[in-house]
Amino acid sequence: MKNTIKQLDARGLSCPEPVIMIRKAMMSQEKTYEMVVDNPVSRENVTRYAQHQGYLVTVKEQEGEYVLTMTKSAL
Amino acid sequence: METAVKLTKLAKCAGCGAKVGAGTLVKMLEGFQTHYDPRLIVGYDKSDDASVYVLDKDTALVQTTDFFPPIVDDPFLYGQIAAANALSDIYSMGGEPKLALNILCIPEDMEQTAVQEILRGGYSKVYETGAIITGGHTIHGAEPIYGLAVSGFVPPDRVLTNSNARPGDVLILTKPLGIGILTTAAKAELVETSVLERIYRQMTTLNKAARDIMVRFSVHSCTDITGFGLLGHSFEMAQGSGCSIHLQADRIPFHPECYELAEMGFIPAGAYRNREYAASGVKVLGDVSRAMLDICYDPQTSGGLLIALPKEEADACLAELNAQSTLTCGLPVAAADGLPAAAIIGYVTEPQEAALFLQK
Repeated sequence: MKNTIKQLDARGLSCPEPVIMIRKAMMSQEKTYEMVVDNPVSRENVTRYAQHQGYLVTVKEQEGEYVLTMTKSAL
Repeated sequence: METAVKLTKLAKCAGCGAKVGAGTLVKMLEGFQTHYDPRLIVGYDKSDDASVYVLDKDTALVQTTDFFPPIVDDPFLYGQIAAANALSDIYSMGGEPKLALNILCIPEDMEQTAVQEILRGGYSKVYETGAIITGGHTIHGAEPIYGLAVSGFVPPDRVLTNSNARPGDVLILTKPLGIGILTTAAKAELVETSVLERIYRQMTTLNKAARDIMVRFSVHSCTDITGFGLLGHSFEMAQGSGCSIHLQADRIPFHPECYELAEMGFIPAGAYRNREYAASGVKVLGDVSRAMLDICYDPQTSGGLLIALPKEEADACLAELNAQSTLTCGLPVAAADGLPAAAIIGYVTEPQEAALFLQK
């Protein structure tokens, strides 16, 4: 597993596009992903996807946008 | 047929997922003066599937309209699904459709053959019901839209509203859930062709056969499960009936493939709107998974009927429904194959602390 943070911007996209984006990105197996989304539906759906892949998700809200930090503990 | 531009790419929301949320609708209609007419026995103040106007002692007119952007790429299939969905509101009132008008919006550059295929799909379903298309209206717009305005008839004393469920009734759902989730995941090309074919068959299946069976039983209340999802429509039924509805999660039929896709977050925005609308009235008891809850809020396109009838008649009604090869997924052996069929999914009680209970 790579020890880098992958940054993703899904603002302006509506579902299922942000989920498709995180799905593609997670194929590279980074330890941490950070994605910014601009609506609660994307926040919920991307959270579900990341959790399904075994990532721990924390969400920070700032000015109507959400920054999702998704981390997998190294096994 | 294949069109040069995928139809679903022209649409922001899929099918009934485009429906404006129930909460928003209530707000939009707030403060409007309701005109009273003693012959109008179901109006828009009732949040029902169609309006009903009594013509004489034997006949009431049932009217409804429904339309949405493409949910599939094949224009013929899209026409069929949109028509089956619009006709369903007549069946859920216990009526029979007789006349229909096309409602059509097309982008200026849309191929003529695609437009004809949409209309041909609609005609095929309308004629299957025994009704006729008498005209319509077409405009240009950025997103394709198709649907129908339908008129039908029902004897006034046989009208089935969504607000007459009674304590002691049980609830039958005639088509499995998961359409919104599966069509959302289909946009990511994560749904197998065989599953897509199954849900297409389900969405083009008219609720006519289910209606023809249910009217032979002492049904108290009925609605079709569409844009507001199972919990949204059940919530309306519970509230309108002044009862509590208890749904049993383990009994609710859904397409098995949608479960993992729900866990993966392929959930349409409409499901979240439905949750926002109904959640305050829903009490979840026991260990119901998040994915199952998502499935219960999932907006359905051309979904099944939710039928409330006395417990004593429920098994006989269910047996007849599941003997119908045209129901559910259009597979007579659906249940034998482990595929979802019509099922008894809950029961009705006197009002309790919540309008709707979802229990394990």
